[in-house]
Amino acid sequence: MKSIYLDHAATCPTDPKVVETMLPYFSDHYGNPSSIYSLSRTTRNAIENARTILASAIGAYPKEIVFTSGGSESDNFAIKGIAHALKDKGNHIITSQIEHHAVLYTCKFLEKNGYDITYVPVDEHGTIKLEELKKAIRPDTILITVMHANNEIGTIQPIRQIGEIAKKHGIKFHTDAVQTFGHIPVNANDLNVDLLSISAHKFYGPKGVGALYIRKGTKITPQIHGGDQERRRRASTENVPGIVGLGKAVEIATESMADEADRQTKLRNDFIKAILEKIPDSRLNGHPVNRLPNNINISFEGIEGESILLNLDMYGIAASTGSACSSSSLEPSHVLLSIGLTHELAHGSVRFSLGKHTTREELDRVVDILPGIIQKLRAMSPLYNK
Amino acid sequence: MEQYSEKVMDHFSNPRNVGTIENPDGVGHVGNPMCGDVMELQIKVKDNIIVDAKFRTFGCGAAIATSSMATELVIGKSIDEAQEITNKVVAEALNGLPPVKMHCSNLAEEALEAAIKDYKSRQKA
Repeated sequence: MKSIYLDHAATCPTDPKVVETMLPYFSDHYGNPSSIYSLSRTTRNAIENARTILASAIGAYPKEIVFTSGGSESDNFAIKGIAHALKDKGNHIITSQIEHHAVLYTCKFLEKNGYDITYVPVDEHGTIKLEELKKAIRPDTILITVMHANNEIGTIQPIRQIGEIAKKHGIKFHTDAVQTFGHIPVNANDLNVDLLSISAHKFYGPKGVGALYIRKGTKITPQIHGGDQERRRRASTENVPGIVGLGKAVEIATESMADEADRQTKLRNDFIKAILEKIPDSRLNGHPVNRLPNNINISFEGIEGESILLNLDMYGIAASTGSACSSSSLEPSHVLLSIGLTHELAHGSVRFSLGKHTTREELDRVVDILPGIIQKLRAMSPLYNK
Repeated sequence: MEQYSEKVMDHFSNPRNVGTIENPDGVGHVGNPMCGDVMELQIKVKDNIIVDAKFRTFGCGAAIATSSMATELVIGKSIDEAQEITNKVVAEALNGLPPVKMHCSNLAEEALEAAIKDYKSRQKA
């Protein structure tokens, strides 16, 4: 049985062309980029090449890019780094209720350490309430951080407008673009952002490497102290193979992005339509139009997500859920609760996230299999009596 | 996802005794959709012996498997014997559950307790 991987929002397979580009940087070009001998020049140049590729992809200067260990570090760096650098100016930070835990828990950590955080609510589609965001702004607000698109329900946020509001008030603005970069256009100037997080493995690059864009002139306190790497903004010997792989992944993603987004949007829409038609008492979570091309999130009344995933897994289909039963906490996804779902519907959600290798045949197979699984589980549910 | 034992997966994919009983002698309805699991257990009792048990469960793999196992364990037992079936007994019969899923086996014990309590209160009435 051929497996069907529909969890690209969690991670993507590394593109073989990316791996090929990385390989020489393990045992052949191994020089520490900080050293002065010629062996190091190759690795130094390779890093700067990757930096230039990423900078040009997001409309930035190479100097504005800091390589990190991934999306979580980029988010932590942006938020803690600004909070610390601007603590004399104020201690208020605005974010949304549906951020990734890398942002949400970083804010909670700061909250415990004397900062004031406002968590702006979202509407039923998961779009941030701009009026509430505006109302939350205070003279001591130093940072706004709102994700570009949500990892669970795919809703794309009005980042450009939030950026305008932030700029008007002289507040720094960060966006977590981990789910969008490489999939839809991400340009730091168009989006009016001062800081932007990306992660390589979400667009077929290697795991363990990411970047933070920091607009020129933005005061930020380093979070990793040590050597002088990354213009003294992040110590640690550079992850050369990872950075080279990130650069190659950016190149590949940029080439095919527009066509791939179109293709996936069509597949996504057809899949959603087919599932909602075939399975009664199911609903789409997230924005119907303004959503990531690869994101599908559907709740099924009366049943629980993990049991759906286990059944799908028996057919070799990999997806994910917002149910608590797949984690150690008993609370279901904060994102699904924030858009107004009942606990029961939040527990009954499944996310399918498509990728560049996803075919129509694969999705058709899921459409064939899923109704039977839902029916079987509903037949044994005391909460479904239709 | 947590690793489940083969026995858990067997009871999850082919759950035993799913459904409801016509005129049950005891019904236990426990859990809460808030926590992600709800279990309903119905029993039929003849001469103090549980002759049939059926369940319906909203929940994860572990919740469904423990429900199924609980029904298998109680059928043929006397009320007194059934009362001795704890969550540990059910989990052990399934060759163990992942630590984060142990709370799911509580559900089976609670449902059984509730069904027996309901049966006893009907006897008094």
